[in-house]
Amino acid sequence: MLELINLRASYGRTPILRDVDVTVDDGEIVGIMGKNGVGKTTLVKAVMGLLEADDGTITFDGEDVTDESADVRARRGIGYIPQGRDVFPELTVEENLRMGETINEASSDLQYEAVYDYFPILEERADQEAGTMSGGQQQMLAIGRALIGNPDLLLLDEPSEGVQPSIVQDLTRDLTQVNEELGTTILFVEQNLHVVQNLSERCYAIDKGTIVDELGSERLASRDAVTEYLAV
Amino acid sequence: MAGVGLLNFGFEFLEIFAFIVLATVGLAVIFGMMGIINLAHGEFILVGAYATTFAFAAGLPLPLAMLTGVVLTAVFGLVLERLIIRHLYGRLLDSMVVTWGISLVMIQLVRIAFGNAAPGIGIPFGELPVVDGPAYYLVLGVLAVGVLGGLYALFMWTDFGVRARATMQDAETARSMGIDTDRMYMSTFAIGSALAGFTGALYAPVMTITPQYGTGFLVEAFVAVVVGGSSVIVGTLLASGFLGSVNAVFTNVTESTFIGLVAMLLAAIVTIRLMPDGITGFLETVRQRWGENR
Repeated sequence: MLELINLRASYGRTPILRDVDVTVDDGEIVGIMGKNGVGKTTLVKAVMGLLEADDGTITFDGEDVTDESADVRARRGIGYIPQGRDVFPELTVEENLRMGETINEASSDLQYEAVYDYFPILEERADQEAGTMSGGQQQMLAIGRALIGNPDLLLLDEPSEGVQPSIVQDLTRDLTQVNEELGTTILFVEQNLHVVQNLSERCYAIDKGTIVDELGSERLASRDAVTEYLAV
Repeated sequence: MAGVGLLNFGFEFLEIFAFIVLATVGLAVIFGMMGIINLAHGEFILVGAYATTFAFAAGLPLPLAMLTGVVLTAVFGLVLERLIIRHLYGRLLDSMVVTWGISLVMIQLVRIAFGNAAPGIGIPFGELPVVDGPAYYLVLGVLAVGVLGGLYALFMWTDFGVRARATMQDAETARSMGIDTDRMYMSTFAIGSALAGFTGALYAPVMTITPQYGTGFLVEAFVAVVVGGSSVIVGTLLASGFLGSVNAVFTNVTESTFIGLVAMLLAAIVTIRLMPDGITGFLETVRQRWGENR
């Protein structure tokens, strides 16, 4: 589904990603874990097309999308949930969800029913301005918005950030359900131990902009193996 | 007699209100939605007026001549956006300098190409009974309200409007939702340009058309945008209503349009002093405090 080969990316003249190789298969939930400032957000932005790659290739559904802009990649079927949610604060919940309709042009199935099943509060507060919701509710909205267009791949940038622990558990459960029920492939970056262990089927560790390890389900179950790469 | 006086005052208010709304609306759309302070706004109005007057002189009926003015100004704005303006998004000061330069160049080009005056168009619809003034001003009043209503419907009720507002709030996230933000900016600029052209076309029959024609709209336009605040449509409506009322009252009482204008500008200064974010910014703060206290 997604393949990154020797991916390099920079902010200005500062190189951030160095020869990153990542593979995500259809239907998988793959995590990328690492401490603050190791290049996790840069990696997600480069995959989404919000940051230009200096070198390397990004292949999505067998097609090279390295030079495509973010809007083209979204219309191909990549849904994105930015760090800090970034809902449109002055749009209503319903208008925010409508914005997700443009994702995945190839799919005509809008997932309003599924989204309202996962997050009933979004239907209850359809007319409320998104900026007035709590952090957890905004995270639900950001996930719901990305799911509306039925994306093939969902990218999440630290879904636990700024969300209270009890809601983080719910989000982890909801995302697993999304993967199982809608068949959505998920790639997320995270530094929260609970999310890394409970959401990932497989996980890469990133440090100083490069992939330093890959953990399967057995090693992911070991707290020590995971905390080695996190600031816990 | 009192009834006639009241009608005259109402007519005066409508005339000034319509002028402020129509002078402001194109500028407000481009600034409010895109963050570009278009100092060439007056010259966009100028394009609409010249295109209308020459189309009319060439034999087109007035409504068609006006439509020509609107379309040509939209195309003119579109070309300018693609060639120059799109490189200035997020660069407020640069956009001001560049659009000011465009304004100066256009005034001189129009002077060189068409001389110091363009052919006139007679005011349509004749004089009103009872009230002192042409019936055309009533049409302008209705059109001003119609333009605001149309813009409200466009930006609040259509997919285009939702996408445009989302792009204005966070262009990067909008792009990651599959929105071609480049096209959104282009379309919004074309709409703002078309509105300026519409204003130029509508006022072509009532104002003398010279290369300086556009500058006659700038004071009201910029003052209303600042007094109105961040909300494009509601801000324009409230600022135009408030400033138009002050102007009409003082013009009517003193029988001097000059004093009416001075009073309006003083009212604008006081408003900005008391409400630095404009009327809609003030109302938003009140609304948020009200929400917190409930």
